Amino acid sequence: MLSAVANGVADVLRRLGGGAFAAIGRLGYATRFCVAVALETPAAFARLHLTLREIYFSGVLSLIIILVSGLFVGMVLALQGYDVLQRYGADESLGVLVALSLVRELGPVVAGLLFASRAGSAITAEIGLMKATEQLSAMEMMAVDPLARVVAPRFWGGVISMPLLAALFSTMGVFGAYLVGVRLIDIDPGAFWGNMKAAVDFRYDIVNGIIKSFVFGIAVSLIAVFEGYDAKPTAEGVSTATTRTVVESSLAILALDFVLTVFMFRGFT
Amino acid sequence: MNVNRTALDLWVGAFVAIGVGAILFLALKVGNLVSIGSTPGYRIEARFDNIGGLKLRAPAKAAGVVVGRVERIRLDPATYQAVVTIKIDHGYEFTTDTIASILTSGLLGEVYIGLDAGGDSKMLPDGGKLTKTQSAVILEKLIGQFLVDKAASANGSGK
Repeated sequence: MLSAVANGVADVLRRLGGGAFAAIGRLGYATRFCVAVALETPAAFARLHLTLREIYFSGVLSLIIILVSGLFVGMVLALQGYDVLQRYGADESLGVLVALSLVRELGPVVAGLLFASRAGSAITAEIGLMKATEQLSAMEMMAVDPLARVVAPRFWGGVISMPLLAALFSTMGVFGAYLVGVRLIDIDPGAFWGNMKAAVDFRYDIVNGIIKSFVFGIAVSLIAVFEGYDAKPTAEGVSTATTRTVVESSLAILALDFVLTVFMFRGFT
Repeated sequence: MNVNRTALDLWVGAFVAIGVGAILFLALKVGNLVSIGSTPGYRIEARFDNIGGLKLRAPAKAAGVVVGRVERIRLDPATYQAVVTIKIDHGYEFTTDTIASILTSGLLGEVYIGLDAGGDSKMLPDGGKLTKTQSAVILEKLIGQFLVDKAASANGSGK
């Protein structure tokens, strides 16, 4: 009886230890992979058309979802913001509220989440399937480095697309807020744009927002290509890898956002 | 998957163009990139006993029009007064007897410096000092004063 309990405890410990070792090993592999992709950067720009193709697939094809979501997020922000602000007679600050929340947080974060689910998952599935159908091994056999030919262009396509998508998201959001705030609720357009312009600082708010979206782009693209490259070469493995990409990217975006915000926007010193 | 090279280049080019356009829109229309950098102007100094919640880049307004911004705030260690350097935009001139006061727009609004020009004929030069200032109204002090007055009058009527 006692020995059975001891065995059970030992089993749990063994499994925990094994899991921890596997996780640390995977982290090491991921780091090695990151360095390898970074070293293949020249390859991604030497054959520019490969990277352009990936910008098309992850950037251009994500446009619709980014633009429409941005518009709706901006319109909802305007409605909700107006509801609270007008209680304090500050409804003319609506532009400030919407612009700051979009440029600083919602633009990079929501665009990043959408990008992870729209483009990140596609990248993982594509690379995973290439691995499952042994296309990657075939390339290696033909002395073509799959890191240079497949992974690096996808990585850089994502990194370049992400800041542009985030900026478009914020712009559409501000436009949506303008539609609701000025056209629907009838806030004075001069106050809407004027207060916004006075309160949003280029260096402090906009550049920091762009830096955020750039960091998210790197994180999402790295996770996407790594999960694809590391996927088990089976149908189930590819599906697991795709799920992991979305989950890990979302968590990475939100956690990184907190860290970046602490450094960029702390109101205290 | 079957997008030919020219169409692809076109799409990516359009995407990058509108993306950069969006960043420009944010910078110019939403943010205040234009007001950053070297707007020509000159500096004046004003000394206050208390600046309340005045912050850097707070506007200086004359008759409600923004004519400059707070550029620097420091404490004069000799007099324990706050010395505020205001950069006035090129084209605006103020008389030497201008009164600077620290005001708040609305109850929760931003703190700004109000400039009321006087009747003097001489104008402030670059680096000129404003001698007439009015400090910020500290709400807590005001409430404290009000309570003391209230208590005093209540004691008086109770007798």
